[in-house]
Amino acid sequence: MSDNMNRRDAMGIAFGACAAVGGVFALAGMKKAWDPLPSVKAAGTTTVDISTAEANVLYTEKWRGKPVFIIKKTPEMVAASSATTKKRDVIIGSDHFVVCIGLCTHLGCIPSYEPKNSATQQAFLCACHGATYDQAGINTKAPAPLPMLIPEFKIADGKLIIGEAGPEYEKMKADGVLGDTPLKA
Amino acid sequence: MAHFDKNAKPFSEQWLDDRLGVRTLKRVLAEEYWIPKDINFLWAMGMILAVTFGLLLISGIFLLMYYKPDTALAFDSVNYTIMQEVGYGWLFRHIHGVAASVVFLIIYIHMFTGIYYGSYKQGREMIWISGMLLFVTFSAEAFSGYMLPWGQMSYWAGMVITNLFSAGSLELNGVVEWIRGDYVPGDAYLTRFFMLHVLLLPLAIIGVIVLHFGSLRIPHVNNQEGALIDFDEEAKKYLAGNTKEAKVIRFQFDFLAKDFMVLAFFLILFFYLTFYHFEFAMDPVNFDPADGLKTPAHIYPEWYFLWSYEILRPFPKDPGLIAFAFSQVIFVLLPFLDRSPNAVPAHKRGLFFVWFWLLLIDMISLTFMGKLPPEGIFSAIGLWSAVAFIVLWVALPFITKNEKKI
Repeated sequence: MSDNMNRRDAMGIAFGACAAVGGVFALAGMKKAWDPLPSVKAAGTTTVDISTAEANVLYTEKWRGKPVFIIKKTPEMVAASSATTKKRDVIIGSDHFVVCIGLCTHLGCIPSYEPKNSATQQAFLCACHGATYDQAGINTKAPAPLPMLIPEFKIADGKLIIGEAGPEYEKMKADGVLGDTPLKA
Repeated sequence: MAHFDKNAKPFSEQWLDDRLGVRTLKRVLAEEYWIPKDINFLWAMGMILAVTFGLLLISGIFLLMYYKPDTALAFDSVNYTIMQEVGYGWLFRHIHGVAASVVFLIIYIHMFTGIYYGSYKQGREMIWISGMLLFVTFSAEAFSGYMLPWGQMSYWAGMVITNLFSAGSLELNGVVEWIRGDYVPGDAYLTRFFMLHVLLLPLAIIGVIVLHFGSLRIPHVNNQEGALIDFDEEAKKYLAGNTKEAKVIRFQFDFLAKDFMVLAFFLILFFYLTFYHFEFAMDPVNFDPADGLKTPAHIYPEWYFLWSYEILRPFPKDPGLIAFAFSQVIFVLLPFLDRSPNAVPAHKRGLFFVWFWLLLIDMISLTFMGKLPPEGIFSAIGLWSAVAFIVLWVALPFITKNEKKI
């Protein structure tokens, strides 16, 4: 009797151990089945010629399925910018641009831009939960926790390449103004 | 081989009983499953929910035959093929949409009935917990189904809800991208939510419904006074023919007759809505095809999620997410937060009666504020309602602990 029980236990333990190992591998496989496909990941860079952009007009470019906001600042807007805000400017020649991923940092809705409010704290308004941003994409009202994120970018031949990090991007990163952390006042 | 009657005709009751035990099943599950007499129309909500789930399943099967889970085809397969070409396609869609909305109304009535009469206590905890599991699975089913027409509301609701999984400042963007299978909701996303909606979640729901019914069989249904009934004793009286004095009736067909009465009224309302007011379940914004570069001016969930949405909205990001998570799990814990020894209706429980109505009014207030734009006075009312929701639940153990034993 006890012999039988031991052999049954051994059978159960052996089967259970194999099933557990198999189960872990199966779970890993199932996890991988839900990963973004290589073709999705390979979505490359977006190149934008912004030399002809008009001042204080919102341009929206699509990059990896996300909208990227580009606004050319008017001289008045540049003059009114604080030192921190200026660090977020993408400068091509003598033109200052606001470039950021146009998704609210709360839960990812697209804020709307009101050119006439460009001088106020409510240049961007997110309709979903009422967050606002100033004209540089810096959050000015909860629930947005961060400024709108500046994507990796590079400037080449006066064109803006989104998706590759250039020296201007690295400088913003060093200054801590990208929007991945709260801005220091 | 057990005893069996060799002379029984194939498929006669005796023949089936020898092979499947149909008489025992019928006795245990229907004819001698006892329901208290002291109940009211609110006790019929379970049957209404079961029937509504049936309506969703059947209408869903017919929608499934023409729906295309592909970002390029989904919108037209719903709004053109099903609505305009398929015979009675419009009817199946409106039944499905209206039932999905109404089922939550009945779930809330069912839940608040349970809270009012203390039907989650003293042996009935598993009924409550399995019921709340059903609430969670139904919510996931409603959300995944809302993605399928691939309109603007589908897309943006999908964007916002999946972003919740980045867990605020933890920035778990990898988790969000894993859930979506993309950086933003796209084809992989739509197809996997289609799978969840038509297979995995319905399977889970059916399983939990069986558990929910099973959890009811031993403690039995509660009654209007929370009276402890000796079901064996009362059953004896009933079976001896003393049906007048017995405090119980049979499930089949005594209780079922009452159920069908209420169900009939419900179905009249349901089909009135389906035929004449289906638009309340059809958001006009979702009749614009999904556009990842344009957020609609107002995004709000369907009415049944508004209260928890309003708990998320007025706070900064991280506290908002914590408050939201709190609101999602707190109802499950009700049997353990209610420290009172009494399992009687709220009107006999002093402060708990006040707590019940405050919670109900607060959730209605949250629902209304969730629909209104977050401006001025509405913003303030929303914030205070959200705070009140949390305060009410934190206060519950203290309120109920001091309750006198009846």
